[in-house]
Order: sequence, then structure tokens, then C-alpha cells
Amino acid sequence: MFMSGLTKELPSQAHAELGGEALRVRDLTVAYHRKPVVWDIDLAIPRGKLVGIIGPNGAGKSTLIKACLDLIPKTSGEVSLFGEPYAKQLKRVGYVPQRESVDWDFPVSVLDVVAMGTYGQLGWFRRVNKRSKALALQALGRVGLEDYADRQISQLSGGQQQRTFLARALVQDADIYFMDEPFAGVDAATERAIVGLLKDLQARGKTCLVVHHDLATVSQYFDWTILLNMRVVASGPTGDVFHGENLHKTYGGKLSLLSEAANELMRNQ
Amino acid sequence: MPDLADIYHVLLLRDYNTRLVVVCTLLLGCACGLMGGFLLLRKRSLMGDTLSHATLPGIGLAFIVSVTLGLEGKSLPVLLLGAVLSGVLGCWVVLLIRNHSRIKDDAAMGIVLSVFFGAGVAVLGVAQTMPAGSAAGLESFIYGKTASMVWGDFQILMAVTGAVLLLSILLFKEFRLLCFDEDFAAAQGWPVRWLDVLLLALVALVTVAGLQAVGLILIIAFLITPAAAARFWSERLDSMLILSAGIGAFSGWLGASVSAFFPRMPAGAVIVLVAAGCFLISMLLGKERGVLVRLYRHARLKRDIGRQHLLRALYEIIEADDPQVPEMAIRPVAFRQVRGRRTWSDSMLKRYMRQAYQAGLIEESGGEIITLTEAGLAEAAQVTRNHRLWEMYLIEYADVATSRVDRDADAVEHILGERMVATLEAKLMQLHEAGGPAVPVSPHPIRPVD
Repeated sequence: MFMSGLTKELPSQAHAELGGEALRVRDLTVAYHRKPVVWDIDLAIPRGKLVGIIGPNGAGKSTLIKACLDLIPKTSGEVSLFGEPYAKQLKRVGYVPQRESVDWDFPVSVLDVVAMGTYGQLGWFRRVNKRSKALALQALGRVGLEDYADRQISQLSGGQQQRTFLARALVQDADIYFMDEPFAGVDAATERAIVGLLKDLQARGKTCLVVHHDLATVSQYFDWTILLNMRVVASGPTGDVFHGENLHKTYGGKLSLLSEAANELMRNQ
Repeated sequence: MPDLADIYHVLLLRDYNTRLVVVCTLLLGCACGLMGGFLLLRKRSLMGDTLSHATLPGIGLAFIVSVTLGLEGKSLPVLLLGAVLSGVLGCWVVLLIRNHSRIKDDAAMGIVLSVFFGAGVAVLGVAQTMPAGSAAGLESFIYGKTASMVWGDFQILMAVTGAVLLLSILLFKEFRLLCFDEDFAAAQGWPVRWLDVLLLALVALVTVAGLQAVGLILIIAFLITPAAAARFWSERLDSMLILSAGIGAFSGWLGASVSAFFPRMPAGAVIVLVAAGCFLISMLLGKERGVLVRLYRHARLKRDIGRQHLLRALYEIIEADDPQVPEMAIRPVAFRQVRGRRTWSDSMLKRYMRQAYQAGLIEESGGEIITLTEAGLAEAAQVTRNHRLWEMYLIEYADVATSRVDRDADAVEHILGERMVATLEAKLMQLHEAGGPAVPVSPHPIRPVD
């Protein structure tokens, strides 16, 4: 029980008023083949936070996101976004799946992919129109890929693929964004560009939940951190929860294998 | 051999029977090409195969049931309904096995495909022995019997092709999203499961409609081959689908026509062979990803790199002799000096020299001596400068660099901008003054000839 102890110490002012909550997860368990992947998750994320979700491989980070988006069946529990279930908030949610989840050899152009972000607003049967394309081009500009609009997606580098996905999420013009490892395998320039975008989204009052791997940059990028290892070890303002003790609870012995930078960081705290 | 008049007769669809058959296969090809495109991109090709094989028991059972009820056993709509039902059942069983056991897709499909087909053969055997009604001809669904198609087939095919065309146009955006990124579609609130079912149902419709024409074994080839062929020509889904439908229609038309000349050649097989021919041609000649295009691009790249290496080697040899002279002068260079610069063989180097001579970059001179022309010197200076700037860029901006480097670009400025180039040039100058060995040394920024 010591692991869930920290969850209960969530700063109470953060969800004092329900309207201030972007995401609320209660009692969430997801299990495949009888084996739980995430277990009794309780979370309350205030609006306008940049949230880093960290934890070892297999901790259920992607599963948590997918369960929030109704992409996989929940074994138990419920999720609400801005106080309502997901199905009622579709248009306020943006999603950046893992880059490897699609076939980058698919016959579409970069612009086509980004325009997919507008499909939800377009609705059934309506074709991609000029407005969608203009929005898509604008989003491509924001991620610095305007020159690549007509390229076939297989010609993109890893970082450019990731930016394409981000642009597609930007087009969704959501209030809360779920991003599954947007920093995985991208070059430093793309990483900087993504961080810039995240800060920009936050400045406009959006909430972003980001699955993240690099412990060295957590304090720098995120003002809220969820430490996850099947269960929530801790969730709260990064300054309060991102410290050695919690990291040890999250990563256990695996922490010794992590980067020097992370160890360094922990010693300093 | 048929004579010209016969050929003329058939190709222009003069004869009623031929006309019917050819139009039917043409329509079927169009529908197959369209659905095959989605099936291919959804990576469900084998699912289509499972579906077609799983139709057989349905056909047999539909016959037995309707004969038992005292109906006309070989009524086409009844048989096709049975085919659809058992085909869809087959797909459902595959999904069931996949989702509820740890058996993977391929094994699940292999099991279902063969078990349903086996069951179908057994049911047909039973049907043959039934006293009432003649089951003879039912097995034509296995290989197809194009020549026996009638007006009713035409109507069915018209309806199916119409439905497939209409839905593909209406739901183009939804199907594209489903095929490309299912999770994103679901997160946006699209009913992914139902779209998937609809797509599979359309495939089932096309498959069943094609049973008469090409048979349940070959229909999968008719579904997939045109789509796979079209992929070599296009990088856009819409044009790929149109082309795929076109190739399908062409295969249907040509295959049925050819088989009209040679009655012993079953149309289904000929159609599939024509489609395979289209595939082969596309694989070789395809504009976007054909083998020849790729080989050509690679050869051109190799040639360009060879030329650049030759020019840079010549330039640097001249430069090394007198690094302090600001203006480079053309000077003959010995062949063996150039040869030592890189790991090229004599014959490769000679080929690059021949190409450079043809491009007017070097003067022809007796074997052992190479002399640049004015144009050659200018290009050599340009190439050397570009490469050094790129190398400096890679060193200085390692984190951003690789995705932007384009060694073939005419001028670095086009990609990096004037300011970045000025910075890089200044860095190169510093290095030169310090005499650093391991970095490319540039004695002076070389301006390209304007």
C-alpha cells in the first residue's frame, strides 16, 4: 500500500474546483490475458499543465493513454475529461500516437496526413476542403515542415515524421493533448521544436500529457509529473514528486542502468 | 487459331454472349481493383483469401436447404446469399481465434481457410448424391465458369460495382484514415469497428459476385494483383485506386476476350494471368517505385558522386601544391596522383573521366595526364567549397544536421541560407589559420562563378 500513499497526498488546491480539472481517472485497471497492465490508477490533472508520464518499460504508460482515449477496453474504472466522459469530449482531444504505429510507406502526402486532423470536424462523407488544407498548411508551418507538404511520407526522416504527427494533432485544435513518446528517436532540433510547441500550447491554456523517457529533461520540460509503474507511484508538480525516493520506487534496480545524467540529477536533489 | 475477323468480332463485342461476359468481367475487375486497393493497404490480403475459400460450404448448404424446401436448387441469389453468409462467418471465426487465443493471424487464417474449404468440398459431395435437383455445376464456383454467365449475373455485378464505387467515393476519407491510422481514427470518434466490418462486407460482396467469373480460388489474385501493380505507379491513394480499378477492368476485358478465342482456356485463369502481366510490367516500369526507376536513380546517383569525387580530387591536388595563391590556375595532374586519392579502381576512375570529358569538364589528353577545362575548374571549386561547408556544418551542428545535408545541392546557400554559410566560412578560415589537421582545410573561400 505504500505505493499509493503518495497519490492520496495530491495537492488539494489543484482539484479544489472541479472545473479546474482537465483529466480525472478513477480506479482504472486494464488487463490483457488476466495480467494487469495498469492497476488501480487514480489521477487528477489540473488544466493547463504540461504533464510528463514516466516509468520503466512495460509500466503501462501507453496503456494509460490508450485507456483514457477509449482505444482499449477498461477492465474497471472510469475516465473523465473536463468533467465528462470521453465520448462527449471527442472534439476537445488531440492524439499523437507512437510514430511506429503506422506504415510510413502508405500512399499519402504529408499534407494529407496533417489534414486527417480535421476529419473529426468535417464529419461523415464530407471531403477534405480548402479550409482543411489551409489549416493543415498552417500547422505544418508551425512545426517547420511547410516545404514538405507535397512529399510522400516515406521520404521523411524520423524527426520529420514525428513533426507531421504533431502538426496533425495541432490541426485538431484540442484542449487536451495525449502524446505517446513524441521524443522517441528524434534529432535534437526536433526535440527543441517539440518542446517549444508544448510550451506554446501551455501558454494558450492547453493541457498536454506526454509519455517521456529521458529522465534528465523531465524537470526542464514538464511542470507536472506522473511516475508510473503499473500503479501510480506519484503524481504532482514536478518539483514535489520528481526526486530520488520516488524514482527508486518507480524504477527499482533498473535505475542503475539509466543515463549518467539522470543519476547526476538525482544526486543534486 | 482465330482469324482477324473473329478477333475483331470479339473485341468489338459484336456477339451477345461474348458481350455479356466481357462486360461482366470488366465490371468485376473495376470493383475488384478498387476494393483490392483498400484490402492491400489495410494489410488484409490474406483475409480476402480466407473469405473467398470460406464461401464454398455456404454454396453447398444453400443448395441442400433450398432443394429440401422444394425450391429450385440452383437459384443464383440463394446460392450467393449462402456464400456471403459462410464467407463472413469464416472471417468472424478468424477474428474470434485471434482475439481469444494466442494463435496469430496467419495461423488462424490458414486453419479457417482450409477447414472451410474442406467442409465445402464435403458438402458439395453430399449435394451430388441428393435425389432431387441436379447439383452438377456447383463445383464451377471453385474455378469459375465465365462463359455460363447470364443476364442475372450482369445485374448482380452492376449492383455490386455501383455500390462499391459509390461507397468508396462517399467514404474515401474515412477508409483512408482507417487504413492508415486506426488508433487515431478511433480517438477521433470514428466507429472503427463498423468501418472495418463495412470494408470487409464490401470485399465479401465483390468476392461473391466474382465467384461465377473467376472462381473462389483465383478471386484473391484478381483482388490484390491490380492494386499491387497500381502501387508502383502512384504515391497517392486516390490515383492509385483509380489506376487499380482501371487495371482490374482491363484485365477482365482482355482476359475474357482472349478466352473467347480459345474456349479451352478458362476465363478466370486468363484474367488472372493478364493481371499478373500488368503487375510484372508495373514492377519493372512503374513511375514511382518500379525496379527500373530505382536502378536508374541509383546509377545516376553513383555517377554524380563519382564525378564530384573526381573534381574534388583534381582540385585538392592542384590546391596542395601552392596553398597560399588566392587564385587557382589550371594545371595538368598525373593520373596516378588522382588514383591515390580514393579507393576507386582504375576502370571506375577511367569511366568517371570519360563522363567528365563528355560533360566538358576535363580536356582529353594522353592517358596519364588530366587537365581541367575552365568550366571544369569552376565546377570543381564549387563542389569542393560545398562539400567543405557541409562537412563543417555536420561537425558544428551535429544535432540538427543530418536531415538537412544535401551534398548534391547546387549551392549550400539554397538550403542553409547566406548567414549560416558566412558563419561556416569564417570557421573554415579560422581552422586554416590554426593549421588544424583533422578538419577540412580551406585556404580561401571559393566563390562560385556567377
